[in-house]
Amino acid sequence: MAQTTDLTTKLEKIDDDIWELPVSCRDGMRVPGRIFLSEALLGNLENEAIEQVANVATLPGIQKYSMAMPDAHVGYGFPIGGVAAFDEEEGVISPGGVGFDINCGVRLVRSSLQKEDVVPHLDQLLNGLFDAVPSGLGSKSKIRVSEGELDEIFVAGSQWAVEHGYGVKADIEHCEGNGRIEGSLPDQISKKAVKRGRPQLGTLGSGNHFLELQCVDEIYDEETAKAFGLEKGQITFMIHCGSRGAGHQVCTDHLKVLMSAAKKYGIQLPDRQLACAPAQSKEAQEYFGAMAAAANYAWTNRQVIMHQSREIFEKVFNMDQDELGLDLVYDVAHNVAKLEKHEIDGKTKRVYVHRKGATRAFPAGHKDVAKAYRDVGQPVLIPGSMGTPSYVLCGNKTGMNISFGSACHGAGRVMSRSHAKKSFSGEDIRMQLEDRGILVKAAHPSVIAEEAPEVYKSSSEVVDVVHRVGIARKVAKLLPLGVVKG
Amino acid sequence: MAVGTKYEYMEHTADARFRAYGENLEEAFEHAAEAMFNVMIDTSDIPCKFCLPIEVEAHDLEMLLVEWLSELLYVFEVDCIVLSSFSVSSIKQKDEIYSLKATACGDKIDLNKHEFETEVKAVTYNNLCIEESEGNVMVQVTLDI
Repeated sequence: MAQTTDLTTKLEKIDDDIWELPVSCRDGMRVPGRIFLSEALLGNLENEAIEQVANVATLPGIQKYSMAMPDAHVGYGFPIGGVAAFDEEEGVISPGGVGFDINCGVRLVRSSLQKEDVVPHLDQLLNGLFDAVPSGLGSKSKIRVSEGELDEIFVAGSQWAVEHGYGVKADIEHCEGNGRIEGSLPDQISKKAVKRGRPQLGTLGSGNHFLELQCVDEIYDEETAKAFGLEKGQITFMIHCGSRGAGHQVCTDHLKVLMSAAKKYGIQLPDRQLACAPAQSKEAQEYFGAMAAAANYAWTNRQVIMHQSREIFEKVFNMDQDELGLDLVYDVAHNVAKLEKHEIDGKTKRVYVHRKGATRAFPAGHKDVAKAYRDVGQPVLIPGSMGTPSYVLCGNKTGMNISFGSACHGAGRVMSRSHAKKSFSGEDIRMQLEDRGILVKAAHPSVIAEEAPEVYKSSSEVVDVVHRVGIARKVAKLLPLGVVKG
Repeated sequence: MAVGTKYEYMEHTADARFRAYGENLEEAFEHAAEAMFNVMIDTSDIPCKFCLPIEVEAHDLEMLLVEWLSELLYVFEVDCIVLSSFSVSSIKQKDEIYSLKATACGDKIDLNKHEFETEVKAVTYNNLCIEESEGNVMVQVTLDI
């Protein structure tokens, strides 16, 4: 059962927006915890989330700090918003630091359309998107890939989709890691994961997944916005989803193996969800290969969804996608582990960075940043909750030292789904948003209630902390016009 | 907790956590399955048109509970059957292996008829616990949604 010590009282203020959880506050912590929060956001952080920061700090080979971003809230294993890096040789790899929805992530598409072009067609556009992209529980894809094709997807990621007519070559170059993680091991994917993955390519899923039409409301950094192709008044389109059943099954399967492995290698687990194994062990490497495969599936999924969506835009506006300027700005993963090089204590080290509900935010000049953005830094996409602004940020050099080049991933929940359903009527929320000019389409009204704007922290406050601390700088604010809810 | 409560949902910011009760392990596991499916849909009107035998094994009881619920999620997704009624006939331990035999029943998913809410993505080990006392079993599970 969860320990009940109030860890909030143990947090020490290091600087504005930076809090430290000392090693002394919990047995077994190898490094301190570090939480990036404003005073205002601190009140929303659950004790259990701080416990989870402490739990992660006990894992072998952890470097510098067990971190939590300003959107942090209680998760399972890692907190949501958790970031930790583990030494390539002496550290561990843990599915608890990635989660079930492997490579859940966000992509942003820009357009040459202005708000006034879209508003008269908003309803038609949303209905078209809702029909084209299967969403919600129990929905099935119109595409059914063979087992052989699925193996190719697990290895190639976005590239498979483009080669099969779902998009253009430039799309690949505008994804984190070119839309794939190397080292995929499709033979580590169970038959069950294959069965779940085959009928779901190009589906949104449910929960907090969405498609959103937005309008650029404010530009904070003209030069960087120009590099990202963003300007005030422009229409953008955002996709938020992940690896669907395939990813969930990969995590379920490998957790079991890593649970036994943790025992075998004598690793003490404060929470069984943190099951892990030494990074170079067979068990950890097999999980990493399967995780990479699921991550590649997720990139393919978002690529296929973007393609289906572009076709709807073409139909509604009777223009082709080049005329519509429907270019991919960027695609980021926010549930993933990656082998990266970081400067730690004056030395360059290779570490497995786990980001669970956190976004990579690499700066200008980094070789892993897409060529198109290498002079300014990587776009960091932060979706707001339904009806609230989303933000585009850009990775800063200082972020590499502060948080292994990692930023927040969203607004972060503050209210449970069951509480939300009791407090709000989905239909009321839909009408309130409509009054503000925001249309919402969902399979069922209760999924709207669960994701009501009030159940999240303020996305603006969360993003401001990331900006002030220096992890990433604000570039643009996007306001929603229409949402398709999964 | 009221007498006869099969399960109750606990507050959890992002996910769904419940406690399920029973006179024995078998009954508590049945009620846990009911609790999990009722996160996604009100199962009270779902008839038992299809019945499936379920057998799972694990190294300990907690893992067996996760295996059982994960298997049901898999059946739901792959066989497209929304499950509403569960009968666990036995939970046994032999040497280092725990095994469960059960039947799960429900109806084919029909999106015109079934109003689904949020999807349960997976069953987690987070704060998982099983408490057994004479004639009373409580299991606590956190679902990723």
